[in-house]
Amino acid sequence: MSKPDFDRHLREPGAAVYGRRSHWLIPHVDPVLTLLLVILMAAGLLVLYSASGRDMGQIQRQMLFMGVGLAAMSFAAQIPPRMLLRWSWLPYVLGILLLVGVDLFGSGAKGAQRWLAIGPVRFQPSELLKIAVPLVLSAYFGSRLLPPRFKDVCLAVAVLLVPLLLVAIQPDLGTAILIGAGGAFVLFLAGIGIRYLAVALLGVLAGAPAMWLFALHDYQKNRILTLLDPQQDKLGTGWNIIQSTTAIGSGGLTGKGWFQGTQSQLDFLPESHTDFIIAVLSEEFGFLAVLALLALYMLIVFRGLAISLAAPSMFGRLLAGTISLTFFLYVFVNIGMVAGLLPVVGVPLPMISYGGTSVVTLSIGFGILMAVRSETDARG
Amino acid sequence: MSPADRFLRNHRNEHLLFVGRLGFATAVMALMVGALVWRYFDLQISRHGDFVTLAERNRIHVRAIPPPRGLIFDRNGILLADNRPGFTLSIAIERAGNLDALLGALDELLDLGDSEIERFRELAARRRPYESVPLRYNLSELEQSLLAVNEYRLDGVEIAAQLIRHYPLGERFAHVLGYVGRIDERELKTLDPAAYSGIYLIGKTGLERFYERELLGRPGAEYVETNARGRVMRVLDRVPPAAGANLRLHLDARLQEVAYQALAGARGAVVAIDTKTGGVLAMASAPSFDPNPFVTGISTAAYKALVESPDNPLFDRAVRGQYPPGSTVKPVFGLAALDSGIATPSFGIYDPGFFRLDNSTHKYRDWKRGGHGIVNLYDAIVQSCDVYFYTVGTRMGIDRLHRYATAFGFGAPTGVDLPNEAAGIMPSREWKPGARGLAWYPGDTVNTSIGQGFMTATPLQLAVATSRIAMRGEVRAPRLGRTLGLSPVANPPSAAPIRVASEHWDEIFRGMRGVVEDRQGTARSAIAAMGPATYTMAGKTGTAQVVGVKQNARYDPRRLTKTQLDHALFIAFAPVESPRIAVGVLVENGEHGSSTAAPVARRVIDAFMQFYPDGTGHE
Repeated sequence: MSKPDFDRHLREPGAAVYGRRSHWLIPHVDPVLTLLLVILMAAGLLVLYSASGRDMGQIQRQMLFMGVGLAAMSFAAQIPPRMLLRWSWLPYVLGILLLVGVDLFGSGAKGAQRWLAIGPVRFQPSELLKIAVPLVLSAYFGSRLLPPRFKDVCLAVAVLLVPLLLVAIQPDLGTAILIGAGGAFVLFLAGIGIRYLAVALLGVLAGAPAMWLFALHDYQKNRILTLLDPQQDKLGTGWNIIQSTTAIGSGGLTGKGWFQGTQSQLDFLPESHTDFIIAVLSEEFGFLAVLALLALYMLIVFRGLAISLAAPSMFGRLLAGTISLTFFLYVFVNIGMVAGLLPVVGVPLPMISYGGTSVVTLSIGFGILMAVRSETDARG
Repeated sequence: MSPADRFLRNHRNEHLLFVGRLGFATAVMALMVGALVWRYFDLQISRHGDFVTLAERNRIHVRAIPPPRGLIFDRNGILLADNRPGFTLSIAIERAGNLDALLGALDELLDLGDSEIERFRELAARRRPYESVPLRYNLSELEQSLLAVNEYRLDGVEIAAQLIRHYPLGERFAHVLGYVGRIDERELKTLDPAAYSGIYLIGKTGLERFYERELLGRPGAEYVETNARGRVMRVLDRVPPAAGANLRLHLDARLQEVAYQALAGARGAVVAIDTKTGGVLAMASAPSFDPNPFVTGISTAAYKALVESPDNPLFDRAVRGQYPPGSTVKPVFGLAALDSGIATPSFGIYDPGFFRLDNSTHKYRDWKRGGHGIVNLYDAIVQSCDVYFYTVGTRMGIDRLHRYATAFGFGAPTGVDLPNEAAGIMPSREWKPGARGLAWYPGDTVNTSIGQGFMTATPLQLAVATSRIAMRGEVRAPRLGRTLGLSPVANPPSAAPIRVASEHWDEIFRGMRGVVEDRQGTARSAIAAMGPATYTMAGKTGTAQVVGVKQNARYDPRRLTKTQLDHALFIAFAPVESPRIAVGVLVENGEHGSSTAAPVARRVIDAFMQFYPDGTGHE
C-alpha cells in the first residue's frame, strides 16, 4: 500500500502522527517566505516614505500595520491544518453575514459601501472573503473525488456566487472579480474539466454586453473606456493613467532618484501612496527596480507554489496553490493597471501600498500558506 | 472508468492532474510577467524620451512678467501718464475647484456685476494654461480686507500688486493722450499673444494707441515649477521684462491747461502749433472726461452717462470734429487770388451786400447787410467781406481753389501722430459726383470760396493751415511725440513748400494783422478788450453756419435752438515779424469768431509768449 493510499484510511490527515500540543509549541513560520516578505515590506517603506511626501507618521502607521500583519501571519502559521479543515466554513459564513451587514449599514467611501466600522478599526468584510472562499472550496474539493463532478462544480459555483454578488452590489467590481478569481483557481487546480472552462469563458463573453448595459455603473464604464483611450478625457478619468504612465516612462532605466520624481513629488500622480505607488517606484528608481520588484514577487509566488506541491493533502495543495496564484494576480492587476494595461480597479500593490487591510489580509494568507507547510514538516 | 475508480481516490492521478494544472498556471504567469516587463520596457526605455518631455511640460510653466509701460511726459518733463501700483484680484482657475461657487462667494463680498463676470469668463476662455485671470483691478482697502478675512474659503483667489496706468492731469489730456483699457475680444484675436503675455491693458485711443507698440515694452518670463494644483514651488529661471519707451511730447502741460480753461463751459477745441517744428504745443477738446476709470473698467452707468451726454464729451473735436471753416479760409483763398493773378492788392470790387452769378437771380448774401462798399483784398480780409471772395473765388474756379486749399492741408489728414484723424472735406469737381451723386454747380464754387457749402475742416487742420501761412509756405506735418526713449520720434518726410511770391505773403500777413489791429478788423474789439499785448498778432475770424438761411430771411439767433447757432472760429499766429506759434480755435455754436473764439486764441498765445519769451529752444 502506497503512502497516499494509507493516508486515505485515516480519519484526518496526519492526526495520528503528531499531537495537538506539540504542534502549537513548535514554530511553523516559514523562514524563507518571511525573509522575502520582510525585504518586500522594507522596500515598500522606502518608496512609501517618498510617495507620502516624507510623512514619518504615515510610515509609522504602515509599520504598525506590518507588525500586526506579521503577528497575524505567525499566529495563522501555527493553526493545525486539520483545524483549518474542520472550521473552514466559519470564515465563509462570518464573511457572508458581515457582507450583508455592510450592504445594509456600511459607511461609504467614494460612493461605494465597503467598510464596516468596529470601534476605531474600519474593516472591509470583502477582504475576509478573499481568504474564506479559497479555504472553504479547498476544504470541499479536498474531501471529494477529483476531478470534480458536475454536482460538485455546481455547488462550488453557488458557494462562490453568493459573496461575489454581495460584493458586486456594493459596488466593488474589482474585489468581486478577485474573489471570483480565487474561487476559480481552486476549481482549476482541482482539475475541473476543460469543457467547464470553455463554458465559463463563453458565459463571460456572452454576459459582458449585458453587464455593460445593465450592471456597470458609469464610473466603471469610464474606467474601461479610459483604458482604450486615456486622451479622451484628459482631466477626468484619463488623468490617472496619463500621469502614471508619464511617471513610469520618465523614470527610464535607473530612475530620477529618491524624492526626485517630479510627477510624484509635485502631486501630478494621483493616489501615489496607495494604488499607484508602483509609479513612484518606477519614476524614482527606474526599470531596473521594477524588474527587481517583479523578481521578488515571483520568488514569493514560487515559494508558495513549492509549498503547495509539497503538501501531503489535496486540501493543503489546493489552498496553498490558490493563495499563491491569487497573490500573483493582485501583483499583476496592480502593476498592469498603473501602466495602463488593465482598467483601473481598486487593487493595492501587495505589501507596498499604504493601508492596513491589505497588509493584514495578505499576511494572514501567507500564515495559512505556512500552516499548510507545517503539515509537510510534520510528515518529514 | 471502472466502477471502483468512481469511488476510490486515485491519488497518483489526482496529483498528476494537480501538477499539470500548476504547470499550466506557471506558464500563464510567465506570459503575464512577460507582458508586464514588455509594457514597462516600452514605457521606460523605448518611449522614455517622450515621457520625460511630458513630465517636464507638467512641471515647468512659463509665467509672463508684464513690462512697465512707457511713461508719457510733456515737453518740460511733467508726467502725463504714469504707472501706479494697484492691487488686482485674479483667479487661478486650476486651483479654484468649483469656479461658479467661487464667483458666487466673491459676488457676495464685492458685488460683481454681470458684465464683470461675463468679461471674466471671456478672458478665462482664452487664457493660457495656469495663467490666472484678472477679475477686478484697483481694489480698495475695504475690498482687500474683505478678501483677506475670507481668504480661507476663497481657494484660487490671488491678490497681486500690479502697475496700473494713471493719468494725473485727468481730463485736460483725455483726448490727446487717450487711455489704455482692458484688451477686448476683438483685439485679442489680432494681437500677438507672445508680445502681450501677462499684459491686460492696451492703448485704446489717442497717443496711447498710436504709440502702443513703443510704449508697450517686452514681457519678461519666469520659468517656474508648479505642482498639480498650479501652485508655484520654486522659480527656475527668470528673464526680466524690458520697459516700454518713455514718450516725451511737444505738448506743454501749462499751455494745455490754459487752453482747456479758456474753453471752460464751451464745446470746442484749441490746437496750438510750434510753427518752427510742427510740434503741437496744446491740443484741447472740451468738454472732456476723466480717463482714469476707463483703465480699470468704467461702470456701465458712468459710461452710459458719457455716451448719452448731449455735449458728447468723449468726442475729440480737435482731430475728429469736422466743421465748415467759414471765413478762416479767406487768407488762403486771398493768397490764391494773388498768386494766380486773379487779383492784385489794389484790385477792388463794389459790395452791395450780395453777389449774383451771371444769368441767375439767386443772391449770395454778405454777412453785412448793405455790404462793405468798395473793398480791396486788405479790406476784404480785415472786414471779412464775403462778396469780394465770392467774386475772386468764382473767377478762380473750383479747381484752383481746390489746389491751393489742398496745399495748405485741407481735405486730407494732416498726418499727426494720432489714430483716426478726420480728413475734412475740400470739395472738387471730381469729389462731388462721387460723394453727392451730383454735378458741380457754379453756386458750389461761390459757397466754397467763403469756406461754406461742402467744405469742412478739423480744428487741427485750421492750425496746420495757419502754421503754413505763418511760415510762408513751409510744409510740416504736425507732431505730438518728440522723443521715444532716447531717440527722436521720426518725422514724416517733409513735403515741398508752397511757392508764392514774397510780396503776396506780406499782403496776407498785413490783412491778418489788420483783423486784430485795424479799426475795422473783425477781431479788434475782442482782442483789444483783453488789454495791450507785448507782441504782434495776425488772425482771422470765422463764423460757420450750422443751418442754412433762406433767400429772403435773416439769421436770427433768437429763433434758433442752442445747437443751431453758428460755430465760431478763429485762427491766429504770432509774432507777425517772426511767427513762432499758430493757433486754431473752434467754439461750437459760439456764434461769432470774434467774440468767443478770438479771446481763446489770445489767452493761449499770451501764455505761450509768457512761457517762452525767447522761443521754444528749437530754432
